[in-house]
Amino acid sequence: MATKLLPKELAKRPDRLSPGHRLCAGCGASIIVRQMLAAIDEPVVLSNATGCLEVATTIYPYTAWRVPWIHNAFENAASTISGVEAAYRSMVRQGKIPEQDVKFIAFGGDGGTYDIGLQALSGAVERGHQFLYVCYDNGAYMNTGIQRSSATPLGAHTTTSPAGKVIPGKQQFRKDLTAIMAAHGIPYVAQAAPSQWRDLMKKTRKAVNCGGPAFMNVLSSCNRGWRHGTDETVEITQLAVDTCYWPLYEVEEGVWRLTYKPREKLPVEEWLKRQGRFRHLFRPENRHLIDRLQEEVDRRWERLLRLCGEA
Amino acid sequence: MSKFEALAGNEAVATAMRQINPDVVAAYPITPQTSTVQTFANYVADGLVDTEFVTVESEHSAMSACVGASAAGARVMTATSANGLALMWEIVYIAASTRCPIVMGLVNRALSGPINIHCDHSDVMGMRDSGWIILFSENGQEAYDNLIQAVRIAEHPDVLLPVAVCQDGFITSHGMERVEIYEDADVRAFVGEYRPQWSLLDLEHPKTYGPLDFYDYYYEHKRQQVEAMQHAHRVIQEVAEAFNRTFDRDYGLFEPYRLEDAEVAVVVANSTAGTAKVVVDRLREEGLKVGLLKPRVFRPFPAEELAEALAHLKAVAVMDRSISFGAMGNAGPLFLELAAALALRGVRMPMADYVYGLGGRDILPREIESVYRDMLRVAETGQVERMVTYLSVR
Amino acid sequence: MAELKGWRDIPIGGMILEAGNATEYPTGTWRAFRPVFGEAECIHCFQCWLFCPDSSILVDPENEKMVGFDLEHCKGCGICASVCPVNAKVIKKADEELAQDDPRLCIRMVEEGKFQE
Ligand SMILES: Cc1ncc(C[n+]2csc(CCOP(=O)(O)OP(=O)(O)O)c2C)c(N)n1
Ligand code: SF4
Ligand code: SF4
Ligand SMILES: [Mg+2]
Repeated sequence: MATKLLPKELAKRPDRLSPGHRLCAGCGASIIVRQMLAAIDEPVVLSNATGCLEVATTIYPYTAWRVPWIHNAFENAASTISGVEAAYRSMVRQGKIPEQDVKFIAFGGDGGTYDIGLQALSGAVERGHQFLYVCYDNGAYMNTGIQRSSATPLGAHTTTSPAGKVIPGKQQFRKDLTAIMAAHGIPYVAQAAPSQWRDLMKKTRKAVNCGGPAFMNVLSSCNRGWRHGTDETVEITQLAVDTCYWPLYEVEEGVWRLTYKPREKLPVEEWLKRQGRFRHLFRPENRHLIDRLQEEVDRRWERLLRLCGEA
Repeated sequence: MSKFEALAGNEAVATAMRQINPDVVAAYPITPQTSTVQTFANYVADGLVDTEFVTVESEHSAMSACVGASAAGARVMTATSANGLALMWEIVYIAASTRCPIVMGLVNRALSGPINIHCDHSDVMGMRDSGWIILFSENGQEAYDNLIQAVRIAEHPDVLLPVAVCQDGFITSHGMERVEIYEDADVRAFVGEYRPQWSLLDLEHPKTYGPLDFYDYYYEHKRQQVEAMQHAHRVIQEVAEAFNRTFDRDYGLFEPYRLEDAEVAVVVANSTAGTAKVVVDRLREEGLKVGLLKPRVFRPFPAEELAEALAHLKAVAVMDRSISFGAMGNAGPLFLELAAALALRGVRMPMADYVYGLGGRDILPREIESVYRDMLRVAETGQVERMVTYLSVR
Repeated sequence: MAELKGWRDIPIGGMILEAGNATEYPTGTWRAFRPVFGEAECIHCFQCWLFCPDSSILVDPENEKMVGFDLEHCKGCGICASVCPVNAKVIKKADEELAQDDPRLCIRMVEEGKFQE
């Protein structure tokens, strides 16, 4: 029997990520990792792309991981875990190691996933390796000092899309990576957020038990890059969900399903105004960017509703 | 009983791979390596091997998957050439520093640009500081034999480094030759089972691979790699001895050919050494005291043994199939390293470098002969006219 | 900080064999604010445990009780206080803006220097 998704039940097991890691206070990445790994009953083997999560959890000679973990490079968390999984299958088939229900999981940031690692991810899921790829999407290259990625929201200030006198922050919308992964036709794809922990945990379970490659895109607040208080992580993450900037849904065997519908869809402004990276958008000359972002959020939301049969 | 087969170099290597039966192969096609993985894919499809063949979407992912599989305790192989190797680059270093005993068949091809598919050594020379053991092969037989030995060298507990086994693109990889193929059982017995000391899949003892390693420990890990390379120098010879005993061969760190009483010699690796042997024989018929030294182990560089083997000569020429652009005299890497090895050991003699065969440019016996004749003159005068010659460039 | 070892005395390849040894690293020194537990109010819902990025909520799993904070590692982010439903209730009930160290809160954040047992 699977452990019930009740905090008190889950807390009976030791954390798979130990304290003493050096992610910033209030970082969303370790909340995601803790929640997801707590939801999995089976043994796990992890690979991790270069990025905040990786560097902050394994500063030699310390490691915060209590489970097998490998970092190889920035763009290859998916191909690395595909090698691990292939080794496992080969050696089990040959009777060299015992068969166990091991869950193979790769973690990568948005830079390591949307951008530099997209090819390796696409290849690994196309090959059908049994693994879950988790993108913890904090919307920029945080580890190298908050540079824009293709996950950065329109208008956001980053150090390579600064809010300047002429160009007011990032000029492009976020790439819809979750939809791109769904287009691979793999058994399970989902978008989630740790503020809705039960939804995240349920999706995690489905993902690792779907019998094939799975992908999850999980919104991860970075208070350094997003510019908000360390204690606001959960609240601001939930605002992204309630404004439908970050809808929660899953695509199971090609069937799209909304897993959460905000009672009242909030204006995206509610999410923007809580973060310093969007402060410049509230100047009169930049308001049009908020409107553009709202339009795009609406357009994507409508499309999602249609795909989910909710429209 | 072994048997003789007419095989192209790539087929010989694929045959060795079949006999070794690695747990995982991750590879991507590139000329002139492609027929290795194609042949191997047939073995997989026909159930002749237990291998999990990971048909990656790039060489970068090939080497990445190899590192993952190797960390997981599997015996792992791959194969590539030139641009493929260059695309792997980042992970080539990581494979060595993560101490993954991966074995790679490297079919030497000119590195772009402009793009070219034919043989030279510009691909392998770029990886010379990457921490891989590098072996050269004159022909298909040597590529086959080296690949088998490479597994034991790589996996030796004192070594645990990846090994690249080179052969010349097209010339060797596609040239049909008589290759002695040993019994499957004998090859398997020779390579033995791989029993990794650590594994990512050891769920009872979780390990962290590839942490962030700052100034307080990175250097120590590099020092360990040096130690492993030093051990490799010994282990390569031990494995060669065992191989020679088992399969009646004569491998060492390099192959001297009519060198003992020679006054002048050429140092040249891979297939051109075969052509040079013919030239040596012809010149010997004229009574000229010429010889040849064919390097087999390029990394770790056997400087002391090379210096010793060449010490009695009056002049030596190195033939380089690549250029170290901007290095001293725009010479080739083999020359530069050998010159340093001799100089530091007090072996003084006139030396010259002959760059040849870039991008698959033919190298003819008469050109090699011209090198010998140059060096015979140099031996007489004691004067090198030109340190670096670019043979047969227009 | 552990004594620095030589190359002969560490595993090869950068491998770390002591799983989870980061617990030896005291990230608690980063803290500017300290969470303080108002035990009496706690309903032991474990929301704080779910959201703490630093696994620093100490629980008694057998009795299913939240028991306090791992101050060796807690970085003082204040997330536990922000997700605490008792805090939310207290804040809603009070007709005024509450200071984050208001003693009525179940988890309150107190400036490190000002904390007294
Ligand atoms: C090939 C390569 N290019 C660039 C880098 C530098 N680099 C390291 S982490 C990083 C950004 C990581 O961003 P992301 O994947 O979003 O993770 P985050 O740090 O935001 O969690 C970059 C650019 C690298 N390590 N390797
Ligand atoms: S910079 Fe951002 S993502 Fe990185 S550790 Fe800090 S809060 Fe987390
Ligand atoms: S203040 Fe932050 S780190 Fe400390 S216990 Fe609360 S949530 Fe955890
Ligand atoms: Mg990021």
